Amino acid sequence: MTETIENVNQQQSSTDALLSVRDLTVTFQRQGEQPFRAVDGVSFDVRPGQTVGLVGESGCGKSVTSLAIMGLLPHRGVTVEGEVLFQGTDLLKESNNQMRDRRGRDLGMIFQDPLSSLNPVVPIGIQVTEVLERHRGMSRKAATPVARDMLDKVGIPDPERRLKDYPHQLSGGMRQRALIAMALACQPRVLIADEPTTALDVTIQAQILALLRDLVQDTGTALVMITHDLGVVAGLCDSVNVLYAGKIVERGDRHPLFAAPRHPYTAGLLSSIPRLDAPRGERLTPIPGSVSDNLPWDHACAFAPRCPNALEVCREVRPELVDDGSRALRCHNPVEVNR
Amino acid sequence: MSDNPLKSHSDRRKQRIDDLAATAGDTARTDTVTTAGTVEEAPGVSLIASAWRRLRRNPVFIVGAVITLIFIILALISPWIAPHDPAAQPLLDKVRQGSNPVPGPEPGFPLGADPAGRDLLSRLLVGAQQTLYVGVVATVFGLVGGLTLGTLAGAFGGWVDSFVMRMVDVMLAIPSLLLAMSIAALAPRPSQMTLIIAIAIVQVPIFARLLRGSMLAVRGSDHVLAARALGVKRSAIVFRHILPNSLAPVIVQSTLVLATSIIDAAALSFLGLGNPDDRKPEWGQMLGASQHLIGDYPHLAFYPAACIIIVALGFTLMGESLREALDPKTRR
Amino acid sequence: MLRFILRRLLQMIGVIVVLSLLLFIWLRSLPGGTVSAMLGDRATPESTARLRHELGLDEPITVQYIRFVQRIVSGDFGISTGVLPGSDSLDIFLTRLPATIELAIFAMIIAIAAGIPLGYVAARRRGSALDNTSIVGSLIGVAVPVFFLAFLLKYIFALELGVLPVSGRQSGDIEATRVTGFFVLDGILTREWDAAWDAFLHLILPALALASIPFAVIFRITRASVLEVMEEDYVRTAESKGLSSRVIRGRHILRNALLPVVTTIGLQTGGLLAGAVLTERVFSYSGIGDALAVSFFLRDYAVLQVLILAAAVTFVVVNLFVDIAYAVIDPRIRTR
Repeated sequence: MTETIENVNQQQSSTDALLSVRDLTVTFQRQGEQPFRAVDGVSFDVRPGQTVGLVGESGCGKSVTSLAIMGLLPHRGVTVEGEVLFQGTDLLKESNNQMRDRRGRDLGMIFQDPLSSLNPVVPIGIQVTEVLERHRGMSRKAATPVARDMLDKVGIPDPERRLKDYPHQLSGGMRQRALIAMALACQPRVLIADEPTTALDVTIQAQILALLRDLVQDTGTALVMITHDLGVVAGLCDSVNVLYAGKIVERGDRHPLFAAPRHPYTAGLLSSIPRLDAPRGERLTPIPGSVSDNLPWDHACAFAPRCPNALEVCREVRPELVDDGSRALRCHNPVEVNR
Repeated sequence: MSDNPLKSHSDRRKQRIDDLAATAGDTARTDTVTTAGTVEEAPGVSLIASAWRRLRRNPVFIVGAVITLIFIILALISPWIAPHDPAAQPLLDKVRQGSNPVPGPEPGFPLGADPAGRDLLSRLLVGAQQTLYVGVVATVFGLVGGLTLGTLAGAFGGWVDSFVMRMVDVMLAIPSLLLAMSIAALAPRPSQMTLIIAIAIVQVPIFARLLRGSMLAVRGSDHVLAARALGVKRSAIVFRHILPNSLAPVIVQSTLVLATSIIDAAALSFLGLGNPDDRKPEWGQMLGASQHLIGDYPHLAFYPAACIIIVALGFTLMGESLREALDPKTRR
Repeated sequence: MLRFILRRLLQMIGVIVVLSLLLFIWLRSLPGGTVSAMLGDRATPESTARLRHELGLDEPITVQYIRFVQRIVSGDFGISTGVLPGSDSLDIFLTRLPATIELAIFAMIIAIAAGIPLGYVAARRRGSALDNTSIVGSLIGVAVPVFFLAFLLKYIFALELGVLPVSGRQSGDIEATRVTGFFVLDGILTREWDAAWDAFLHLILPALALASIPFAVIFRITRASVLEVMEEDYVRTAESKGLSSRVIRGRHILRNALLPVVTTIGLQTGGLLAGAVLTERVFSYSGIGDALAVSFFLRDYAVLQVLILAAAVTFVVVNLFVDIAYAVIDPRIRTR
């Protein structure tokens, strides 16, 4: 393996989808309860070097989607249907051991809380080298300088010393950087980030996001960014998928989507954020109701009870996703575009 | 595992008592905050009610409760259903005459007799009553003692609290059997009451710590704060608010303490530190008295031992499943 | 870290002092005090007074306490009147100590070797038949009085099946040279293999009985701890890195889950003495547990003194070790 970190992904054609999620459906079945469909027919593509966002409130299914892609969902009580094509192979059909090989090597993931995501009794250096030892067959000795370089690359100062430190000796931002280093150590082609900045201070948030952006640009790794924070999306993602109650309700490229959201939910999300340039005294407009007001997707639009644009048909017929390539929309009565 | 490991005597025992104490409290409200920013409130679910619902379906609890119930009933009615007077020695002549020191089963004596010619079955049945008596009285004494200590410490706080709790900690650190032995040895003439008191004293620190923990948990709760703000007298607060709400953990601990009381009583009797008078049979004492014959007549030891084990098991199963049902960490 | 150890050592000394005081008070409160027990029926006012004076019982209580401490520190605990009449109590203690230590070590090895793996497997296969059986088994292990289990084992294996010895530490017909007092070790050191093997056989049943409670506790704590750790985020991170299940089990799950188990092991060791009292009695195993039981029964105060003090010191020291061990093992504390 003589590829340097920089050019590893430039060999692939940049128009082929690297990761292709097709009709992913995840159903949870608890004893004595109704089956719950957390993810309902979700489809999206990720191209090499692209950053794709999955946006939505808590409980909309975005985290479950990422866990399904990685194969990290529990086996009991969970049914996963659909396809997750990675370079043509359906990951959902891979065996446990095959997925174990892929995780860390082809797909990397970072999670929300950096402190609890790190093993408290093992030094940071080993938590990085163990990935290299596992997937590259390196010895601890050979892997250590590579680990140090990774720590340096993610912006941790004095990486030589940090190798021997324990997680509790690092600050929150540094821990997340260390986790990024671990996830990218073997140069996976896809990195999934599940709310990586939610647990961090605002200033650190910005740093981590900048780091992610730089890393993605340098290495050509594709990034799937999962968040509920539209600000994060705006700064980072090329393409945005908006999820509601397990289904994608709108998709678009960053600028067109933010400039002119068409789904009432997206519009509602955008308008509920306070803006710097809004006139003083202007009220915030939250989305009324709550997630428990949802209707089931089977025979209606789940968002209808909370939707300012709702028509009668919205409560009777499920809207289908209309995809014209650059923009997708699932709505009977979208927001009017006014220029 | 986030407890502070630098606590000296970080006893698992103490931690379990403390966890149990923290479950004290009245209702458990569940709030759901949705992401759109509205707050819903689910109706308050009483801790005891939700625990009961789960217990009803738990086989461990059911087995334990059934055993316990059977034991209690048998213990209460035993003097009436025992075929013979346990102190009487109807087969004594047989023992003296025959070469067989322990008469076997025969009509009227389904389990045979002991070396003094007394009917074994009757002794076992009435022994249930004595065992229950010893266990319950020891537990009640321990409870009252612990309650007093714990209430004092919890109600007054400050140096009273520290002093009492230090003593309690020391007592908790010593294995219960050794402590019981030491106390039983202080009695000039061992009797059933000295046995009871020795065991009761061993249980006092358990209850004291439990009560104090419960009181601290409840003391900080909202309705107590409200009562204080309204100027309700301290004693009224203690008796009408704090104590009733600390009840649930006490019930759980009592069942477990009953089990250990019975076992410790048996152990002490086995070691010869219990009640020497065996006219009123007690299982532990029967077990101890029969150990020298165990080679040839093991049943003399096995019957009382089996009884002890089953009963102790019953209380333990019941108590442990109660504890798990009330433990907030395992509740969803 | 050093300061922590020093502070704990000082605390320990303080506790031992308090314990010696309690021991003194307790001994004075024992019925049949020293005088009437020693004189028995032949007590007359003069002989009682004379004996009291000899024993220093007519002096102020504080002086008595100081004498008490002086005697203890110099190793004079008196002459045994019950356990081994005429012998020095300290000698009795020292002679019997290795027996109990040997038994305790063996029992803890069994408890740990069985408890930890079983606890781990039960946690990994939660809800399975193995898991449920093990849990019930451990509950029974705690509920069954140790002495009954000892009885049962003795009856089944020694008396009925005759496979293992009934009592004692060594068979009467074996010639064995004593070096350390640890019979198995002695046999190995002197290459008297038959003596070592014989001693080992004598240890099996009592050790099994004694191990029942620590095993049950270690099993439950390991299981609970592993269950908790399995839910932790860092295990999920380890999975997301695609690490082998062996690495995840060893480095991520066990290294964290076993921390509280270490504490438990230490504490259980301290509590073994109570079980030893009963077990040694049943098997007529001449350790200090047996001596304790007999001295309580026969009111052999001299021996009681030394045994209780030894027991108290053991608890305190074991607790200290456990605290230090935990501080050393957990890097979060070590690197403060």
